[in-house]
Amino acid sequence: MAKHETPLLDQLESGPWPSFVSDLKAQAERRAKNEEGIEFQIPSDTVDDLLGILELSFKHGRTHWKHGGIVGVFGYGGGVIGRYCDQPQAFPGVEHFHTMRVNQPAGKYYTTDYLRTLTKLWDFRGSGITNMHGATGDIILLGTTTPQIEEIFHTLTHDMGQDLGGSGSNLRTPADCLGQSRCEYSCYDTNAMVYFLTNEYQDELHRPAFPYKFKFKLDGCPNCCVASIARSDMSFIGTWRDDIRVDQDAVNKYVENDAAYPANAGAFRGSKDWGPFDLEKEVLGLCPTKCMKFENQKLSIDNANCTRCMHCINVMPRALKIGKETGCSILVGAKAPILDGAQMGSLLVPFVEVNPDNDYEAITEVIENVWDWWMEEGKNRERLGELIMRQGFQKLLEVTGIKAQPQHVQYPRTNPYIFWKEDEVEGGWERDVEEYRKHHQR
Amino acid sequence: MSDLLDNTEEATKAVVAFLEKKSKSKTKFYLKDFYKVFPDDKPRMIKKVVNKMVEREILEYWSSGSTTMYGLKGAGIQHSSEGEE
Repeated sequence: MAKHETPLLDQLESGPWPSFVSDLKAQAERRAKNEEGIEFQIPSDTVDDLLGILELSFKHGRTHWKHGGIVGVFGYGGGVIGRYCDQPQAFPGVEHFHTMRVNQPAGKYYTTDYLRTLTKLWDFRGSGITNMHGATGDIILLGTTTPQIEEIFHTLTHDMGQDLGGSGSNLRTPADCLGQSRCEYSCYDTNAMVYFLTNEYQDELHRPAFPYKFKFKLDGCPNCCVASIARSDMSFIGTWRDDIRVDQDAVNKYVENDAAYPANAGAFRGSKDWGPFDLEKEVLGLCPTKCMKFENQKLSIDNANCTRCMHCINVMPRALKIGKETGCSILVGAKAPILDGAQMGSLLVPFVEVNPDNDYEAITEVIENVWDWWMEEGKNRERLGELIMRQGFQKLLEVTGIKAQPQHVQYPRTNPYIFWKEDEVEGGWERDVEEYRKHHQR
Repeated sequence: MSDLLDNTEEATKAVVAFLEKKSKSKTKFYLKDFYKVFPDDKPRMIKKVVNKMVEREILEYWSSGSTTMYGLKGAGIQHSSEGEE
């Protein structure tokens, strides 16, 4: 028997998709029965009360969660987010319902033993509710009380070799795709770079450093499976600077509709018959820069005009491969629409080498120049993307020492004025008035 | 690093004096507010020193989850005022 009546939440279970309400009800029941005999360190009815307060919020049309708070583990300024409800008498189980962010491993590779240990810990010291994973990428442990936080942190760090993630005005936990560990499209080892960035910028990850949040996300190729271009202040997207490798025999196998060369990499086709593969229509016709042609059974690509959309490679992976000279592009300033609307990242560095042997020197230099500028000039709660909008992309180029390049230009300029700086003009602003008067009367 | 920021005791005094002066109107401050206390220093250095003051339990963090603020330890809303021990 449920502790609270939840008619509005029950309705959410009636749709065709799996419902978090069903999951929470199952968890509430599991805690009530406690067949495993767990010595719960927080109220056993915390999940019942979570359902209760959510129902009340739906009924009232407003939240019953309060502000954040002063919770954290010693020495850390992130990783724990205080949550308190404003109806503690009716819902004592969620009076304190803090969130913990746990730094997910690069590529989100887990052992089943690790996951069992983690969920066991969370059943014991928390609500048992997790979010695998939050938008930033961390493992999110939802719902515990203040006295449990240091205990959980101790177990995580001492017994599991596991750190907390970032929250607040910190560097957030870097997130990446599987990269070269599983994917032939990946232009660099995203897992290795996430590991490096996490260690290199530990201080920024654990202690507030910035005007607001700052996110790194890493995609191994322009397919952008992590959507770093839309979700991170600094996005590293794998790319190549030589040519797409073409296996002409394999291209012709695709054209001939050879069964061993399924179009669209053999992706799910549904029940519809899409007909035989048509290279002209499905690849050449869809190329955004129309830089490909197929003549006399030979596919040619004008690589200088390729924008790395990945479409042709995705459709014919046995015939086309990424180039050999690989690295990454750096884009900056993406964010969600809290202020000013959502923004996609802007290309700052078209190509940079990804070199673990020199500690990614070329990349850390860009990161630190951008941080120095944002920390100095950024207003409180201003994201990097908003600072770029406010002070201009030109200013960003100046502080990073990067020269303007054609790749920075999105569309022809609409402003006819050019503002020169004194050092950009021969002779500067000073002039010899007497010399001038020799040739020009007053 | 300026002499003021380099001297732990003096830097602490300056920060505490700044926070106490403002304590009537507010108890939580952004990191950027401390830039005024150390006008000759780089933000990254200020961040290191201020965060050390949290470790030494002179200051404490307050976090909304998305933004972090600093306050004098014990000032403003505390666990106890949320009904926690």
